[in-house]
Amino acid sequence: MSAESGRRTLAPFGRRALAVSGRRELGAYVVLEVSDPGGPAPQPGQFFMLAAVDRWGGGADERPFLPRAFSVLRAGDGHLEFMLEDVGPGTERLCALGPGDDLWVTGPLGLGFTAPDDGRRALLCGGGVGTAPLAIWQDELLAAGRPAAALLGFRDAAHAEGAALLANPRVATDDGSAGHHGLVTDLLVEALDADPHATVYACGPPPMLEAVRALCAAGGVPAQLALEAGMACGFGACFGCVVPTRDGGYVRLCVDGPVLDAEQLAEVPWH
Amino acid sequence: MALTFCGLELAHPILNGSGTYDAIAARRAFGDALLDAFPFSAFVSKTITLEARAGNPPPRLWEAPAGLINSIGLPNRGLAGYLAEDLPQLAQLPVPLVTNVMGSTAAELCALVEAVEERPEVAAIELNVSCPNVKTGLDIGADPDTLAGVLAEVRPRTAKPLIVKLTPNTADVGAVALAAQEAGADAVSLINTLRAYASAVGRPGDAWLGGGTGGLSGPAVRTVALAQVLAVARRVTIPIVGMGGVQTAEHAAQLLAAGATLVAVGTESFRDPLAGARIAAGIPHFLAKSGNIAD
Repeated sequence: MSAESGRRTLAPFGRRALAVSGRRELGAYVVLEVSDPGGPAPQPGQFFMLAAVDRWGGGADERPFLPRAFSVLRAGDGHLEFMLEDVGPGTERLCALGPGDDLWVTGPLGLGFTAPDDGRRALLCGGGVGTAPLAIWQDELLAAGRPAAALLGFRDAAHAEGAALLANPRVATDDGSAGHHGLVTDLLVEALDADPHATVYACGPPPMLEAVRALCAAGGVPAQLALEAGMACGFGACFGCVVPTRDGGYVRLCVDGPVLDAEQLAEVPWH
Repeated sequence: MALTFCGLELAHPILNGSGTYDAIAARRAFGDALLDAFPFSAFVSKTITLEARAGNPPPRLWEAPAGLINSIGLPNRGLAGYLAEDLPQLAQLPVPLVTNVMGSTAAELCALVEAVEERPEVAAIELNVSCPNVKTGLDIGADPDTLAGVLAEVRPRTAKPLIVKLTPNTADVGAVALAAQEAGADAVSLINTLRAYASAVGRPGDAWLGGGTGGLSGPAVRTVALAQVLAVARRVTIPIVGMGGVQTAEHAAQLLAAGATLVAVGTESFRDPLAGARIAAGIPHFLAKSGNIAD
């Protein structure tokens, strides 16, 4: 996991103003499509810093001020897609954008996923808006002829509409309004019991990621976790997005992640 | 726009604030395009301490109205690691390098300055004096006499230009700046972040930041920076590096008009990695203007 080749596409230097080319609602989520002609193809698991060109600021508490980090949902044909959920002043503004609006975009940034080793099958495990990086990763795995089963957990049926972004997912909801009534990690336990020869790729809220990490560690299953942290810059400048590692130090998620090998962590931090 | 600052030939008056740009990490993200279009006329390193520091526990950031509160805790490899690992990479940048150092005693600062003095890759040294004095608990840079005492020992250790980065968290920043000048500083830089607190009611102690308190930066502090640069410019004759909330060439021009020779960009680079270049390119327009009545 230390080699960056294949995990990182370099970002063009600086932010670029890109036009929003499409917006669609998917239950509780908004999928924003951005026109990026000539932009580099991101690696699955990489992310972008996004901010509206107009009216970025002046929302609740006079925010947002900083750009917000989003994993790329899909990319290709000169377009980027991002999966958004309105949870605060930054995402509220981004969710309100539509075709014709301009977005400041910096990226692709960070290090993405690596393919499974020694014949293991990929098992994708997502929670909520953490579905996003698993979609582009599943596309790439399936295109390479590899199995890529997906397990997705959501709060309720409205959020579970986000499951449509992946092929053939098994779904769990907290309230039982769609799919399995319970946690996505219930499904992960079942899947690993049936066949533990897997590499798990997970993205979601910290308690979910910690449960995935602990499960995989106990079963000796390799796992790659796409983490999130409050991030001011996305390119290593601010040192804000650190997570503590097993060796007692910190890594910056923006340059050494956001995808980390689960073995780097004693636990997934939760603030 | 080219100018001379403490004997350094600079292409324009915009540099980075210490700790707001990691050129080594930025090169990993952007590749060698970083070198081809480097946004600053000089590069200021993050603060280097004698021993390595991991930095503060997260969370380290809090978005404030028009700004950012950070509690990063000066993570760095320590002096030996900086000299061996960081400096060779920073020396590849196409601009002069300023190394920022911090110590909690005069002896620590002397050791840092002596080691950096020996390195030809370093064009100038900046002292971060926003560090508590181990005896008094007050920031070294908060009190003119304390600062003068430290500089009396540090100044003779280097022939390189010595910049003192002042703390704004003091009663009379002009008096501190004057003390720095009289003790031999070649320049002063200001403002550092304003001490600030992010309250998250419901969390233990209500503190959001892992480090407790933090420092406020961004446009929220810009008018404070202007007032402090103005106050310092009235007291000293050495050059001033002004900074605090600069987002545009107009903001930079305001600091230059207040008495700064150079302007540093910090938090705005987080939002726009090329902010320094954008601001530098726009300055001539504002320096040519007089007044704001005609616009």
